[in-house]
Amino acid sequence: MKNVIEVENLVKKFGSFVAVNNLTFTVGKGEIFGLLGANGAGKTTTIRMLCGLLSPTSGKISVAGYDAYTQPEQIRANIGYMSQKFSLYSDLTVWENIRFFGGIYGLWGKALKGRALELVEDFKMHDFKDIMVESLPVGWRQRISLAVSLVHKPPVIFLDEPTSGVDPVARRMFWETIHHISSLGTTVIVTTHYMDEAEYCHTALVMVDGKIGALGKPGELKQKYVVETMNELFLSLARNGNTKS
Amino acid sequence: MPAIQVTNLSKSYGEVKALSDVCLSVETGEMYGLIGPDGAGKTTLIRIIATLLLPDGGNARVLGLDTVSQYKELRGEIGYMPAVFSLYSDLTVQENLNFFAGIFGTTVKENYDLIKGVYHMLEPFKDRPAGKLSGGMKQKLALSCALIHRPKVLILDEPTTGVDAVSRMELWNLLHEIKNQGITIFVSTAYMDEAKQCDRVALIQKGTILGVNTPEGFAHMFPYKLFAVYASDIWKHSDAIRRLNACETAYMFGHSLHFATKSSNENADSLGQILKSIGIDAVVKEIDAGIEDYFIYQLSEK
Repeated sequence: MKNVIEVENLVKKFGSFVAVNNLTFTVGKGEIFGLLGANGAGKTTTIRMLCGLLSPTSGKISVAGYDAYTQPEQIRANIGYMSQKFSLYSDLTVWENIRFFGGIYGLWGKALKGRALELVEDFKMHDFKDIMVESLPVGWRQRISLAVSLVHKPPVIFLDEPTSGVDPVARRMFWETIHHISSLGTTVIVTTHYMDEAEYCHTALVMVDGKIGALGKPGELKQKYVVETMNELFLSLARNGNTKS
Repeated sequence: MPAIQVTNLSKSYGEVKALSDVCLSVETGEMYGLIGPDGAGKTTLIRIIATLLLPDGGNARVLGLDTVSQYKELRGEIGYMPAVFSLYSDLTVQENLNFFAGIFGTTVKENYDLIKGVYHMLEPFKDRPAGKLSGGMKQKLALSCALIHRPKVLILDEPTTGVDAVSRMELWNLLHEIKNQGITIFVSTAYMDEAKQCDRVALIQKGTILGVNTPEGFAHMFPYKLFAVYASDIWKHSDAIRRLNACETAYMFGHSLHFATKSSNENADSLGQILKSIGIDAVVKEIDAGIEDYFIYQLSEK
């Protein structure tokens, strides 16, 4: 597997506070990589550095082949981002939303139309592409948000708590979509507070006080720490940390 | 007399029906959970019970008092913690507590034993402005303020949303301590796995109560046989599994797939054979349904 993300000895300090403390990991093409940790463990700081929004204090980051110190703009142009707050325009149709966001990423004319049709195909949206977003159920809106954040074909997509507050069926539909785009070759970095979802990742990184608390395949981690679920692993690791809040 | 009695409650916002004909009854001293996804009607129901919103039809009584006609009497008896942080950000932890104690005509000292479990975690930050606390600490301060007048009923709107698994567990431990002091608790959440913390749970979706039971009781309401299927790369196979005649629903649960079937003849072995016939090498176990299985069943019926 070719590495899409390479992080080596990554450190971020805010004054004397070390938010991210010597992280080293790689993420391969098509991998679903779960970034977990208590509030304040350093997840958001890590994601912001990976997205080219925050400059590291020291260490190496490369995302999609671009360097975080010298090429943050190329990184930003080559990643997709979706959070629970990311909202579509509810008074535009699905098709119009895709075209609008495609335009923002500089697609136009035939290329834009071609990409929009491709997304409709990949996400099986034929039946409702001309429906106003506001009249679609939450589960579908989530999937459309995801489709829209892939409009510029980024090799990596960041999903920040994408399923918060969503019903159990829609949550699972969304994860099936994540596995679908992963099988098409998109790398997925995802954060979540639902520990059952940690099991759905290929690889999980549990951050504790800015450091790596555990890193590996969920199945192997559970064996190693002799726990039944990722929730138990998370609680035992996070409890040993000094994380405030 | 139940601590909370809700009868045929309905509420609409324009054309959107937020609650339709909701009935429920909470016993004194109970930890009662209201569980459902965003937009299910949880906040609307909680605001009506907390005397902050008028219903269109039906009524709600808390401690025997009507939430509309007797709201003034009732407000002194209930504690309410809203979903969004609503304390004074520019007052310190200590000042916020004193303020809320003052409003209810009491003092922090008088009720300190009730809040000390929560407050001792906050004490190191007592001179910090509330707005500068972390998410978990804001929650704990809000909980302290909601308890400061020693309410008989504590009403919490999604106290665990957006906080991590550790803070969630801490908060539930605090709620159990409060319950042990005899306070009735009515709490909403979008996390199905928190059902096990409650004595009873009402599941809500689209303004309708789907069912009320003990966390274990939902297993008996689940009408199908349920199996956990373990296999590598199971995501690739979910569509193929759903196309099987025997399959009613199939959804991932952690590292297994929960397979529900109407056919009472199936057992773990026969299902293993069926899966093998479509090329899936799986370990299959028959299991009891949990609350989330029941919720998915209800959603799939509609």
